[in-house]
Formats: sequence, C-alpha cells, structure tokens
Amino acid sequence: MTAPPPDPLLEVTGLDVFYGDFQALFGVWMSVAGGRATALVGANGAGKTTLLRTIAGAQPPAAGSVRYRGRDLTGVPPHRRISAGIALVPEGRRLFGSLTVEENIQVGAAAAASADWPLMRIYDVFPMLARRRGQRASTLSGGEQQAVAIARALAAAPTLLLLDEISLGLAPRVVGELYQTLTALRAEGATLLIVEQDLRRAMAECDDLVCLLEGRVALASPVPAVRREQVVAAYFGEGARPRSGGAPT
Amino acid sequence: MKHTAAPVTGTGESDAGQPVTVSRWSRTASGSTGVALVAVLVLAALPYFAGGPAEQPLITLLTFVAMASQWNLLAGFSGLTSFGQNAYLGLGAYALYLVAAHGVNPFAAIIPAALIAAVISLPVSALLLRLSGGYFAVATLVIAAVFQIAATLSPSVGGTTGVTVPGLAGYDPVLREALIYWATLAVAVISVAGVFWLVRRTFGLDARAVGSDPVAAASAGVRVGRIRRLAYLLAAGGAGAVGALIALQTLYVEPTTVFSIQYSVDMLFMVLIGGMGTIEGPVLGALVLFGLQETLSSYGAWYLVIVGGLAVAATLIASRGLWGFAADRFGWSLLPVGYRVRPPSG
Amino acid sequence: MSWVNSVIQGLLLGGQYALIACGLSLAFGVMRIVNLAHGDLAVCGAYLGLVLSSALGVPVWVTLPLLLPAAFAAGVALQVALFGRALRGGVLAPVLVTFGLSVMIENLLQVAATSDPRGLAGGGLALASFRIGSQITVSWLFMTAFLTACAVLSGLQLLLSRTSWGRKVRATADDPDTARLVGIRVRPVFATVMGIAVATATLAGVFIGTIGTFDPYQGTNSLIFAFEAVVIGGIGSLWGTLAGGMALGVTQVVVGQVNQAYAVLAVHLLFLAVLAVRPNGLFAGHQAAREAGALG
Repeated sequence: MTAPPPDPLLEVTGLDVFYGDFQALFGVWMSVAGGRATALVGANGAGKTTLLRTIAGAQPPAAGSVRYRGRDLTGVPPHRRISAGIALVPEGRRLFGSLTVEENIQVGAAAAASADWPLMRIYDVFPMLARRRGQRASTLSGGEQQAVAIARALAAAPTLLLLDEISLGLAPRVVGELYQTLTALRAEGATLLIVEQDLRRAMAECDDLVCLLEGRVALASPVPAVRREQVVAAYFGEGARPRSGGAPT
Repeated sequence: MKHTAAPVTGTGESDAGQPVTVSRWSRTASGSTGVALVAVLVLAALPYFAGGPAEQPLITLLTFVAMASQWNLLAGFSGLTSFGQNAYLGLGAYALYLVAAHGVNPFAAIIPAALIAAVISLPVSALLLRLSGGYFAVATLVIAAVFQIAATLSPSVGGTTGVTVPGLAGYDPVLREALIYWATLAVAVISVAGVFWLVRRTFGLDARAVGSDPVAAASAGVRVGRIRRLAYLLAAGGAGAVGALIALQTLYVEPTTVFSIQYSVDMLFMVLIGGMGTIEGPVLGALVLFGLQETLSSYGAWYLVIVGGLAVAATLIASRGLWGFAADRFGWSLLPVGYRVRPPSG
Repeated sequence: MSWVNSVIQGLLLGGQYALIACGLSLAFGVMRIVNLAHGDLAVCGAYLGLVLSSALGVPVWVTLPLLLPAAFAAGVALQVALFGRALRGGVLAPVLVTFGLSVMIENLLQVAATSDPRGLAGGGLALASFRIGSQITVSWLFMTAFLTACAVLSGLQLLLSRTSWGRKVRATADDPDTARLVGIRVRPVFATVMGIAVATATLAGVFIGTIGTFDPYQGTNSLIFAFEAVVIGGIGSLWGTLAGGMALGVTQVVVGQVNQAYAVLAVHLLFLAVLAVRPNGLFAGHQAAREAGALG
C-alpha cells in the first residue's frame, strides 16, 4: 500500500443520525488520520455501531457529513464507498450462512477498490481459513467466523477498515491472534477504526481513542496523552450513573 | 418519556409536570357514535317507510360492510391476509341449506350456519396458521378450492347443480325481503360493533402487535397463536353468516357462485381503499366499492381491472387507505380504538 | 391404461409443475415475495405465445427466442416498478400488491381475449408419441416438458452455485442488509431474479398451453399447483420442487385413473397432509423454512 495522505483520511462533521424518531447521534465530530488505528469506545447504546454504519453508507444522516479523502460521501451508496476504499466488518459478524468460507470472501470483492487482495493473499494472512475454504460458514467456530468476516472485508482491498466489536464472545487468545493480523495490516498502511468493548485492549493496540456517550463525543485523544481514569470517566459520563452492560475492563 | 402508575384513563402528568387527561373518547367520537346509533335505528325502520326498491341496494351495501369489517379484523388488525374467506362464505350458504332442510326456519338457521363455519375453521386453522405471509395467503386459496370441490362432489347438496333453499316459499315476498334486510343489517352492525368492541380491548392491542411483528409480540408475552386463531375463528363465523344471508337472498346455493373468489377480491379492495386497521375504513371502503360497482357495472371485466389497479395503488401509495389518510391528516376519529392525551387547558 | 403408465405420466407431469414452480420458489427464496400473480404471468406467456405464433405462422417453439427475453424484461420491469416498492412497504404489502396484480392481469386478459379456452400450436411435437414395451405410451410433448424442466433446474442450480452472480444472489437471500454492506447491489439482483422467475413461468405457460387449453382465469389454479409443489418438495430446494411436482403429478394421474372428478381434490389433500405432518416439506431443512419466514 502507498503512504497515507497527510490530511485526515476520514472526517466526520456534525453528524446527526435518527432511527425513526429516536436520535442516535448528536452532532458527532471526529477525524481519523491515515495509517493510524483509532479505537471507538463507549457503553452499549452509545452509538458506536450507528457511527460505523453511517460511515459505511448503510444509514443516511439527518445532518452533518462524512468526508473521505476530502470528498463528501453524502448520498453515496455503500457499494461505491467500498469501491472508494471503505469496508466494514459488521457487528455480530453477519456471515452468509449458506455460503462457504471461500464464497463469503469472494462475495466481499463484489465492489472491490482494487485487485490488491486476491484470495491467495488473504489465505496467507489467515491460513486457518485456507484449510476450511470449502466449509459452510455457519459451521465454523466463533473465532473462525470473525476471521472470515475480516477476510471478507479485506477482499474489498480497503484503505479504511471499520471493525465493529470483533472480540465479542471470543477467548482472549483468539482475540489476540486477530489483533496480530490487524497489526500486520496496519504495517502495510491500512487505516483502522475499531469499536472495542475491551478498554485495556483498545488502549494497548490503538494510536487514538474516541469515546462516545449517549450519541455524543465525550473524549477524543491520542492514547499516550490520556489516562485510563479519564477514559473511564468519559465512558460513564460526569457524575457517573451506572449504565447497563459493557463496563470497561 | 415519563409514565405514571395511574390507571389507564384519568389524569396523568406531562413532562412539564402539568396534569393531562387521557381518555378513549373525544367529543367528536361520542357525537358520532350517537349519530351512528340513530342511523342504525333509521335503517331498521326503513322497510316501513321506504319499501322494496330501497332495500335491495342497501342489502348489497350492508353485506359489503359486514365482509369488509370481518376481513379487516383478519388482515388489518391481525396481519392474516386470507384470500380464501370465500371458503366460509360458501360453507355458510351450504350450512344454511342443510339446517333449513332439517326443518329449521331458514332465518333462524343463520346462526347455526355461522357456528358451523366457525367450528370447521378450527381444524383448518390448526393447519393454516403454521404458515404466515404469502404462504398463508396461498394456502387459504387451497382451502377454498378444497371446499368448493367437496361441494361439487357431494350429491347430498346437489353437486355441481346446487340446491334450492327450502322453507322460503311460504313467505310473502315483501316480508321475505324485509326479513333478509333486517338480518343483513343485524349482521353488518354486529360485525362493525363487534370488531370495534374487540379491538378496544387488550385483544386489539395484542392483535395489532401480532400483525406488525409476531416475534416481538411473542417476546412481549402476547399469545400469538391464540390471537391468530381467535381472529381466524371470528372471521370464519362472520363469513359463514354472510354466506347464509347470500343463500337466503338468491334462494339458490351452487358451488361456483357461493365459493366465488370475487368475494375475496371485494374484501381486499374495500379494506385497502377504506383503510386497514381502522374501524371506519371498511365502512368507507364498502361505500366506495358499492359506488364503483353501480357506476362501472356495464364495463364488464374493466371494472375488475380498475378495482385491482386501485388496490395495488392503495397499497403502494396510500397504505392507510382513505380513512387512514383523513385520520392522519385531520385527526378524525369517529370510532376511536386508541387513546387521546389532552393537554391541560389554560 | 396400465398403472405403470399412469405413474410414468404422473412423473412427467411433475416436470411441468416443477417448471412453473421454480420461478415462484426462486422469487420467494431470494426476495421473500410470494408472487400471487405468478400463475397469471404464466398464462400471459401462453397468450403472448399465441399472438406471436399466429402472427408469424409458426409453431410456438419458434417464438421462444422472442418470448423469453420479453418475459425476462417484463419481470425486471415488474420488480423495479412494483415489487421493489412493495417490499419497502412492509410485510403485507407484497402479498396485497401481487394479489391485486393477479386480478388486473386476469381481467385484462379477459378483455383482450375473451374467456374462450385457447390452445397453442405445437407443431409436430404436440402429436407424436413413442412406446416403451407394450404398456407404456409416452407423448413427446410430455417428455420434452419434463426434460426442459430438468434442464432449467440444472441450469439454475449451476448458475447459483458456480457463478459470481449466483454467489451474490445466495448472499442476498441469506441477508440482504449485510449483502448491501459488502457491496452487492441488491436492486439489480432482485430485478434479475424476478426476470428469471417470469421467464420460467412463461416457458411453463407455453407448455401448459400446448399440452392443454388455457383461459384468462386459469392462473390461480396454476399458482396453487406451483405453490403446492414448492411446499411439498421443501422451501428453498430447487430439486425438491421437482420432487414435489412429481408427487403432485403422480397423485393426480393415478387418482384420475380411478375417478377423474377426485384427481384435483386428491392433490390438494396431499398438500394438506404434508403440511400437517411435515410442514418443512420433504427436502428442506427446518432452518431453511424458518429463515425464509414462511413458517409463522
């Protein structure tokens, strides 16, 4: 991959997103620099998945914009965003259960940005998938399914990879292996935006951190410049009210 | 959103802490219910002052009203799009014949005919309600086909030729017409009022939940199966009553007419145009269909092309139908099934 | 007619049912639409074949290269103009729209062609038959219909399992939302699937019209038989549809051998019996039917 551009790769400005009458995001501002890994943290319901889906084009914003490489993506449908280099690994993996591992990966290349990630290269990164290439995706273990989901997104040859909760339900060792793969991708110049429930993991693996609280940005900072306590405070909000689910570890 | 633990109607608190009134009726609704009662009384008295020529079209219209209200309960409130209600219409007609053939007064036979239709719908629903959506819809067509074939194969009800309804010859034609009129009026009023009453109870809320999302409804504790079976049962009984009325009117019960799919087409049209999921809608739809039928009857099959086209257009463009549109736009509600929150005055 | 002959006729008849059913099954599997106008579209195909073959003065087979692409285009148009919007209108909307469409088509045909039964000119193929042994006579037409059904099913199966397009279709059938997210353009997928469904229905209609007669109101019966074949064979299985069709065909011919009046009733009762005892059909897994939302 070529060196990332100096301007932010992704800029989110004043984003308001509604599900019907329910407002999920309130004026979210965020930017992601090329070649860096940004962690997106927050309690359940804070709006992390909504933000990723809006960036990917699955959710139209009511106000604000998403700019990618300086270009406003408003009104651009998902398949064209993928061709431009944005790929999403959705929450809950969402594999195509009746397709094999290989078919799932191939389908990810439907709107690929380039031919930089053919099957062989993907199998180099995920050798255990090569062993199971003809197996139906629904028969795999959780960690293998997560790998397929990432592989499927890789097949689109993305410059910006969005990952939503890849550690959910997986053993720490397995999560560690997945993150090793992500580190390797970063070394090749990929930009990552990772939603991660595990705060320790997020701060260990990523360069920058954004914390959402009830649809708003509560904290945005490079990781070295912020202390854990500050993140936890932002996570729960000032005058901390215990929230259901997803307490940071 | 703040909730209070107060009883359902009465006074609660708005977000600003001021008292609000929650009620089920509005002044318009109370007024219109009064008007409706008067209208029913006038209609009931009609044979005494207007006579035959006025009764015939009203019988058609009131039959439409009954069919539409029943289909609305099924599809509009409970999400069961059955295109095979004509099965129970025909069944009711044949049941009327059989009961009357056993010596029962044909007018009194309407109730047993409706009950027979309802009872037979029970095992049928055990099969059909395993399906939903489009698959359910086609399965209802199969049931209607089965009933029709069964009738044509049964010599005891005349096979393909059909049978005459016994016991009506002794009636003076004017009296017979009036009795059919009153019976039709009764079935129509019971259908509309019955659906209205039912929907205002928990059943109504449950049925609408089932209609829009059965899985979510089930997880909220709604007994999905029970609701659907009850709706199907009531609609079958209602259709049986209508079929019995049709038999009394035409004096003759024959498979292709009493099982005609045209009834299903009519029901679909009336409820879609009038407004699915409202009480007033089907009545409005019945009026529209009646009007269309009168004006376009000389155009043959074009009439049905228009009916079908309007139904398609209504689904895609005005899914709440004419009444739904008016209700949304102007806030009209003559027979309210929901709740009204009135802000504090002053 | 011997019993063996009846069974063979029934099996071959099953091919015709499978041919009309596969489009219904495909549309449902991918888009969750039960197209209640499917049978009417098949009848439309027969009428169009009649018009073309009379105009050109040829047996209807010759018109197929014109007829089938036109049917495909009609399917695409229907999806784009009507069904796509219906899908966005909620769960009931497609059912209501396709039923309304069915009413429109039947009565438009009535206006255009009157309710006189029609037949299609099948040329020499329609009359020829061959014998196997002393007991069995097979009409070439029935045989061709059956082989065509097998060819179409094989073709569809290959398309779905071996091509890139097929992968996209299967992925969309599994999860349209995620399919969109990974860059599959779902609208063109739906449009092509509906095009194929209408084209196969038209092909089936041509066979129906050549083997028997057709009239404007026959579509509903064709729909019912197609639907029964799909349910008996198992939702989500193309070859299961052939098995279902054959079950229908054998029942119809064998019972018809005993008493013609009971033949159709027997078919419906078979369907109801399968629904009662094995609602998932003979071939599909329970999971497939559940995922397809056909089971309530």
